This record gives sequence, structure tokens and C-alpha cells, in this order.
Amino acid sequence: MTAQSIKLALVNTPVGKLPAGVAATAQAPAERSAVVHKLAPRPQPRFEQLRRVATRVAANVIPPLIVLALALIVWELATSGPKSSLPAPSKIWADSRDLIVDPFFVNGPQDIGLGLRVLTSLQRVAIGFSLAAVAGVLLGCLIGQSQWAMRGLDPIFQVLRTVPPLAWLPISLAAFRDANPSAIFVIFITAIWPVIINTAVGIRNIPQDYRNVAAVLRLNQAEFFYRIMVPSAAPYIFTGLRIGIGLSWLAIVAAEMLTGGVGIGFFIWDAWNSSRLSDIVVALIYIGVIGFVLDRLVAVIGSLATRGTASA
Amino acid sequence: MIAHVEPKPHTYSPAGAERKPVLKIENVCKTFQRGAVATEVLKDVSLSIYHSAFVSIIGHSGCGKSTLLNLIAGLTRVTTGAILLEDREVNEPGPDRAVVFQNHSLLPWLTVYDNVRLAVDKVFGRSKSRAERHDWTMEKLDLVQMLHAKDKRPGEISGGMKQRVGIARALAMEPKVLLMDEPFGALDALTRAHLQDSVMSIHARLKNTVIMITHDIDEAVLLSDRIVMMTNGPSARIGEVLPVDLRRPRNRLEMVSDPTYIECREDVMKFLYERHHYVESAA
Repeated sequence: MTAQSIKLALVNTPVGKLPAGVAATAQAPAERSAVVHKLAPRPQPRFEQLRRVATRVAANVIPPLIVLALALIVWELATSGPKSSLPAPSKIWADSRDLIVDPFFVNGPQDIGLGLRVLTSLQRVAIGFSLAAVAGVLLGCLIGQSQWAMRGLDPIFQVLRTVPPLAWLPISLAAFRDANPSAIFVIFITAIWPVIINTAVGIRNIPQDYRNVAAVLRLNQAEFFYRIMVPSAAPYIFTGLRIGIGLSWLAIVAAEMLTGGVGIGFFIWDAWNSSRLSDIVVALIYIGVIGFVLDRLVAVIGSLATRGTASA
Repeated sequence: MIAHVEPKPHTYSPAGAERKPVLKIENVCKTFQRGAVATEVLKDVSLSIYHSAFVSIIGHSGCGKSTLLNLIAGLTRVTTGAILLEDREVNEPGPDRAVVFQNHSLLPWLTVYDNVRLAVDKVFGRSKSRAERHDWTMEKLDLVQMLHAKDKRPGEISGGMKQRVGIARALAMEPKVLLMDEPFGALDALTRAHLQDSVMSIHARLKNTVIMITHDIDEAVLLSDRIVMMTNGPSARIGEVLPVDLRRPRNRLEMVSDPTYIECREDVMKFLYERHHYVESAA
């Protein structure tokens, strides 16, 4: 009843028997015509709505919480022995409470909260990844659009993209003579390949119809680029960006372990050198959560930006 | 009723007016080269199309009628021969030969309004002010009765509505010749009839020159002033050109019993199913 917004009520229905909410406008019982009444959806009781939302949230939140609790118990039991080489959750809480409760404390140049360290790492990722996104989309458009660019560049890209991120580090240290730009370069070179390759596939998959429309309208190269190419390839581009941001986050931690500084990667290396295993576990959780958030962020931006593009 | 015409220029013009044709197709051949294999799709096609005429091109599938339309649109180049639009040779696509594509080809990331507006901005960007372009866009959407959905995206409207928008976009370019490539092929029968009526009333109002590809005999007879019938490919050519002397406006229901209509329909049927019946890919 509530789902229906339009109800047909026959005129000769007795007024008293009209369903609730239908205006009683029946006057001519002899006429066998139908009168259409528009019904406003009945407002749901507030507690009903709340209950539904709560059920949905609970269905999504409770299972992972249970699994997490079970994992913590198993972990605690497995590592609680006196000879255990890894810290138990209770020990981590005791050792690294300051890191867990306050991400943004500053006690000195190398004694700062993990939130601040993560921000430093994120800044590097932001610069490197943005450069990779812009350059990757442009190069991807080039090799997607031009047969000759494809033939010339694609084999080289296919070889270069298999080089592990860290293998670029010595070269970039030699070139930039500074840790920070080197780390940014490693991010750039890691993230750019999936962006290039996915963009190129997206461009090659532009339907001939859109090209015909562009031809009939006589769009010039620049107009074709931003009117047709980019929107049409957008779903592919965002797939590339999403893979790219994931790889960036993988690479920054490794790169920072080697270059030093204030990033989260160096923190782990530093903690290892001073045998603070509990701190490492906390840092790992930070990295995991941030990586998840980054992935979701790009996915959400992608689904907003490509609204309607996938369906035609 | 029909004079059997061998491939030579067809010079029928409505009411015997001594007018110059808008579009002239002169001895056009089209050969597709694939590796060492050359396939001749069209052979020696000549046709003149006069102002405000509605011409249908009909034939079995694979007879090269879409190729002919693509040649007129400039999307593919002729191998030999020439296509002249108002005495100027056609060799690239342009808005003076706007196309209504079979599968509407609206850009799914733009709203209905923006799809039409893109064409308007491109064609009239210099000659009309911003406000004029807006009014022009709205007018064309109104013409195809799609004003109510102007802010929807193509994914949110039905197939018939999309094709209406496609027609609005093509009309908005104010083409000298409007090309329609099986515009209603993908629609159900009721929607198709509705759209055919719309196209007839638009044609009556705007008096534009239209070339339509179709494989629907009723559609061809109902809408056209002339029906160009193509022989089977490869090396298809124009078999006959049938004038449809039915008074406009034409009413779908009255046509069912109109002797001229029935006769025209029969002529096309005989051409397609007796003399040039469909042969499954002889190549």
C-alpha cells in the first residue's frame, strides 16, 4: 500500500470503503468512469526508518568486528608465551600506547605521531601520483590514438613497466642527488604504467559512432580530446588511476625505508633497527588503513566523474 | 507503372520543375581493399536529389546502401566518381550533411540538452550569440517533443526518445541534406510508427531534403517522394527509382487502402523479392 503512489478508485465504490488516504470525491455513482487519485507516499514512522538503517549498518559492521576479535584472541594466545618472538596485542598496547592514541604529537624532530609521518608520505605520493596521472593520461591518449606512437612506444613501455619500483631508486638518487625528489620519482615511475596502459585501451575502445559524430561536427583535435576522448575513456582511466594509487602506496613505504626522512616507511625501518616491534605493528595497521582509504577515494571520485558514461 | 531504368543519371524532379539538384551523385564506384582482395561494393551509382525531396534508399542487407550513405556523409571516400553538394565536391564529413545514426550515437556523458547544444555551438559558434544558441537548441528539442527530458542523460531515456534527440541534434545543424541511416531500425513497431509520424510532420514544416536508408517497405512508401531500390551486392547499383505520387500530408490509416500506396508497395515488393531476391553472401 505505501509503495503505491497512484491508486485507481472506482467511482461507485462506497465512500466509506475507500482506502485510507484516497480523497473521497465520488459524486456520480451512475458514471462508470474511473477517477485517478494521486497519493502522497505515507510518511514512514521515524523509528521504523532508524531501525532499518541500524539493521543495515549492523549487518555490515558486526561480522568484521567478530572476525577481528577472534583474530586478536588467536594472536594473543599464540604470542603470549614467554619465548614468543613477536609481540602480543596486549604488549603492543602497553608499549605503543602513545602512538595509538595520539597520531599528531610532536616531541622532537624524530619523535612525532604516526599521523604526521603518514601525512609526509602522503604528500610525496600526492606529488608523484599527480604527475603520473597527468603524464600517463597524455601518453596513453597518444599511443591509443596513433598507430605509429603505439608501435614505437608500446614495446618500450612493456619492458619498463616490469622493472620493480625500488630498482629505479639508485638511478633517481644519482640523478636528483636528494632523497625527497628521488622518492617522488619512484612513485611517479611506479604509478604511470597502469595509467598509460588503461588509458590507451580506453582510447582504442572509443566507439566508431562517437568518432563519426566528431567527424560530422568537425571537432578539431583539442575539442576531440576533451569532448570525446577523455570522457569516453574515463572509466578505463579511473581503473588505471586506482591501480596506480595502490602501487604508489606500496612503493612509498619501500622507498622511504631506503631514503630516510620522516615518512612512515622510514619509521618502520628505524623501529626495526631499535627493536621496537610493537611500533612496527601499529605502523602496519596505519599503512593498511590509509591504503584502503586511498583506494576508496579514487574509486568514489571515479564513479562520480564517470556518472552515466558506462551506460548508453 | 515503373520505368525500368538502367544505371544512368536519374533526373526525376517533383512537379517537373526545372531546378538544380541539391545533391548529385555521379558515377560513383566504391571498392574496399583488404590486403590483396578488393571487393567492389558499389558500381556506377548516379542519382540526383532535389531540394526538399524525401528520398529512401532500400535494398537487402549487404547491398551497400549504408556505404552509399557514408559516402554522401563523407565518412568514407569514393573510389571513382564524385558526389557534389550544391556543385561542390564532398570529400570530408561536415554539418551540412548531418547524420541520424542507426544507434542514435548520443554522447552518454552529456545531457540531452548538451548533446544538441554541442552541435549548435560547433555549427553556430560564430554566427549566433549565446542566447540565440540556447533558444535554437530549445526550439529543436521542442520540435521533436523532447523538451521535457532536456536535463536527462541518454542512459535515462528510452530508445525512441534517444532517436528523437538524435534527430534534434541533426536538425540543429541545419543541414542542406539530412541523412538518416536506418533511423528506426532498432525500435519496436509502435514507437517506430510514432517517430515516422514525427519525421513526416517535421519534414512538412521544415521542407528539408532527406535521404533515408531503410529496409522497411512500408516506411519507405509512407515517407518518401522517391524510393531508390538497390540491386544485390557485390557491385550493387541502383536498380530502379520509384516515384511515390501520394499527396501530403499522408495519414497512416488512410494509406492502408489507398490504391497508389498499395501499388507502390507492390512494386517495391516485386523488385526486392522477385527480381532481386536476397542471396546469402555469394562472395
